[in-house]
Amino acid sequence: MKTQVSMILNGEPVEFLAEPRQTLLECLRDTLHLTGTKEGCGDGNCGSCCVTLDGNLVTSCLVLGVEAQGRNVTTIEGIARGNDLHPLQKAFIDHAALQCGICTPGFIVAANALLDAEPDADEERIRAWLANNLCRCTGYDKIVRAVQAAAKEMR
Amino acid sequence: MLQMKPFEYIVAPSVDDAARALGSRADARVLAGGTDLIVQLKSGRREAGLIVDVKRIPELTAIAMNADGLRLGAAAACIHIAANRDVRTHYPALAEVAALIGGTAIQGRASIGGNLCNAAPSADAVPLLIALSASARVAGPAGRREIAVEDFCIAPGKNALAPGEFLVEIFIPKPASGTRAKYLRFIPRNEMDIAVAGVGVAATVVDGKITMARLALASVASTPLFVREVGGALEGQAPSAALIEQAAALAQAAARPISDMRAPADYRRHLCGVLSRRALSAVLG
Ligand SMILES: Cc1cc2nc3c(=O)[nH]c(=O)nc-3n(C[C@H](O)[C@H](O)[C@H](O)COP(=O)(O)OP(=O)(O)OC[C@H]3O[C@@H](n4cnc5c(N)ncnc54)[C@H](O)[C@@H]3O)c2cc1C
Ligand code: FES
Ligand code: FES
Repeated sequence: MKTQVSMILNGEPVEFLAEPRQTLLECLRDTLHLTGTKEGCGDGNCGSCCVTLDGNLVTSCLVLGVEAQGRNVTTIEGIARGNDLHPLQKAFIDHAALQCGICTPGFIVAANALLDAEPDADEERIRAWLANNLCRCTGYDKIVRAVQAAAKEMR
Repeated sequence: MLQMKPFEYIVAPSVDDAARALGSRADARVLAGGTDLIVQLKSGRREAGLIVDVKRIPELTAIAMNADGLRLGAAAACIHIAANRDVRTHYPALAEVAALIGGTAIQGRASIGGNLCNAAPSADAVPLLIALSASARVAGPAGRREIAVEDFCIAPGKNALAPGEFLVEIFIPKPASGTRAKYLRFIPRNEMDIAVAGVGVAATVVDGKITMARLALASVASTPLFVREVGGALEGQAPSAALIEQAAALAQAAARPISDMRAPADYRRHLCGVLSRRALSAVLG
């Protein structure tokens, strides 16, 4: 049986129907048609499904859609500032920090959560924080450089 | 995409409501952060007919310190535990463990209560909780009771909770002055891996004498393993390299590891000695 869920999604109230067994990831992609959030592993290891839930970084493949009732969810679609790309998004392009791009939304949402909490995060901290995100293409260095560049710009 | 089998879901507003819901049917399960449970439901390793979400019960997410010790709500997320000022001041090793479970996105959901209830031999928080003399405060159809953490895990994936019972909070007595604690694990990566072996220790030194010492191991038995003998060997003695060596040998001898894809048993036994020596040196040195 489906339950009605109301939450704030990227700053706007939304309502949708979900079966309890559906993950938040599935609800975002298949019901709300926000396909920026990706599924890699489905079990918490790859971070491609990262969103924030009441400000905390989480893997949406391990959250039930019904758990989002009354909560505040931010996805990659909520990161840009109006029509302008977020400094992290610009830095990922400038530093060629993506190839296939599957991991990119997760990395940007995760890095954004870090820079919100710790604007002065250094390279070691950035690497440790992003250990929950996997990339098969870039070898990570360009991603870390992009986050460092964005952090500098945002300070 | 891995689909979970259908189940019902309720949010329990209070401890009593949760106890009633869990007592109402045999296939009910508690949901805290879901970082073990949802993985298990997806893979079919566990099934549930009713999921009882306990994260909106204030008592279950509270982290409260008083003169006696710390009450850690069973469902409090690791990210909040690691950032809590009382935890960082009085239980720095616990703040470290909360920041070591999984990665940042896992810590946003994972609770220490879930780590304990899941009863994995590799659960990183459990050896440290045992070393800190923590107890599990549980509620159920027969009321409330307290279980020492070393008695809580009884087999891989099995805990001492009776049907309908659930964990409300973990109580950690305030360490006596002169107490230090540490958890060390070995994993092949720097983060995001399951302990090949782990060691939690706590010890108190007063006027150059060890007055309390407790050590427990991860990933080397069917449950987290309390090595009581270590306390007996250390208490009443003055810390020294030779004494630490002797205690580490006891820990190594107590380990009953298996060989699996992560490591052969001999290697795990060796790690118990090395990690015990390092952890004991850190708290006694
Ligand atoms: C990518 C990844 C990395 C991980 N890394 C680590 C790691 O480094 N170290 C480690 O130890 N673990 C790790 N884990 C496992 C897991 O994150 C932890 O065990 C975590 O602490 C579980 O807490 P939770 O709140 O998510 O529990 P849940 O998944 O909600 O619950 C776990 C189990 O306990 C039961 N339960 C939960 N709360 C209660 C309660 N209050 N009363 C009764 N029963 C209850 C549930 O029914 C379920 O069976 C990892 C998991 C993932 C997916
Ligand atoms: S899809 Fe969620 S962590 Fe990989
Ligand atoms: S760019 Fe392809 S996985 Fe990261």
